[in-house]
Amino acid sequence: MSAERVIEISSLNKSFGDFRVLTNVDLSVSLGERIVICGPSGSGKSTLIRCVNGLEQFDSGHIEVDGISLRDKGSAERVRAEVGMVFQQFNLFPHLTVLENLTLGPMKARGLSRKDAEDLAMTYLDRVRIPEQARKRPGDLSGGQQQRVAIARSLCMKPKIMLFDEPTSALDPEMISEVLDVMVELAQDGMTMLVVTHEMGFARKVADRMVFMDSGEIVEIGAPSAVFEAPKSERFRAFLDKILHHH
Amino acid sequence: MTRTLKIWGLLLVVLLAAGCSSSGNTWGWYVIDPTTPQGQSNVKFLIGGFWATIQLSLIAAALSMTIGLLVALPGMSDNRWVRLPSRIYIEFVRSIPLLPMLFWVFYGLPVVMKSMGIPISIDAFWGAIITLAISDSAFTAEIYRAGIQSIPKGQTEAARTVGLTYGQTMRYVVLPQAIRRILPPLANQFIYIVKMSAFASVIGMQELTRRANELVVTEYRPLEIYSLLILEYLVLVLIISFFVRWLERKMGSDERR
Repeated sequence: MSAERVIEISSLNKSFGDFRVLTNVDLSVSLGERIVICGPSGSGKSTLIRCVNGLEQFDSGHIEVDGISLRDKGSAERVRAEVGMVFQQFNLFPHLTVLENLTLGPMKARGLSRKDAEDLAMTYLDRVRIPEQARKRPGDLSGGQQQRVAIARSLCMKPKIMLFDEPTSALDPEMISEVLDVMVELAQDGMTMLVVTHEMGFARKVADRMVFMDSGEIVEIGAPSAVFEAPKSERFRAFLDKILHHH
Repeated sequence: MTRTLKIWGLLLVVLLAAGCSSSGNTWGWYVIDPTTPQGQSNVKFLIGGFWATIQLSLIAAALSMTIGLLVALPGMSDNRWVRLPSRIYIEFVRSIPLLPMLFWVFYGLPVVMKSMGIPISIDAFWGAIITLAISDSAFTAEIYRAGIQSIPKGQTEAARTVGLTYGQTMRYVVLPQAIRRILPPLANQFIYIVKMSAFASVIGMQELTRRANELVVTEYRPLEIYSLLILEYLVLVLIISFFVRWLERKMGSDERR
């Protein structure tokens, strides 16, 4: 790939006490690239993407996002302005309406007027196909709808990069596809995406590269067609076996 | 609520009945009998303390809630050096009994201030308010902390990822949610302040208890006068707890939505 590098991670290390969560992780991501990260629970995949927008500190190594080094003081704020994030538990603000959830960031952090922020919010609610829910509270929505609101909330900040931390793991099975559909469209629009998920169908469809992590290391990395057809490591083969048979 | 009222009503009737029926000078309700001129002026004198007690409690509570928040916020920092002063303040303040602290503030603080070149005089009113506010702030700080920490960490993370600063995250995301869990115990704490304000009487503050004490000295009818005093606090606290219940119901029904 010769495109512009937007994320550069090198020799990243992190421990919680004696427990090593990340060991010498290297990964670089180009603009517009879609990366799907999978691996058993506790393999460090969530921690890795949480390091990218400064929600987690790291012990040593280097992360640069859009030219901003996360080692610099106050860099986390600047990086978060470029990077959106969608969480497993949605993390919508329950005391605000759907519309207010979307306008809070643009109004308070970007200084948009209420009118402009609401127009922006409605544009993205249209895109995730739930404009009619704008005046409701998150608690009145289904899980799938809530996650789509969460995606729209991130997009309102016009991020360059989107991080997804197991976005469908907390959803009932019948709601997974409505969220994945929105993510596929986002990928087709050329968004740079880092997605932690076990949805292998999604990975096959949109991923430029698959990353398999285990025990805090990147064990395997490559185009989905290549790694699915011929996993090189025994660990990845065993993992695929487990999750594919499970589905 | 209504049951509490009934029980107290019953107690009152028993007391009055005892007062009327017993012979000798066990009871002497005449001191506070509003039908006689002397009794009426006595009752007026006693009830005249309400305003001071309410003023004292309200100002002290407002200060305590402000100080409490300012102590609680750094107490939740990830940085232990920011956390430490808050912890020390809470542990220190809540281990000092109210009365000694009141004496120290009223008699000692002006001396300290004077030695630092700031000659201020602290009257009974402000001495009591400062003491009540500081003493209570350790508890309100803990109430804030519990309320704020009950809000899932994901809320803060989501707020930070849509670009809000720490202050904005607190103001627009965390506190509006935490307030539902904070307000009822905070209002409860107000009842505590109202009752503790009685200590202001010992430094000469003319509130409910002080007035009762003064009347006892002249009338020498402690039983009747202190009975009325207790009733006065009862009325105040019942009004507040009615308000607290109402608040809890309102918050609770909001939560279920």
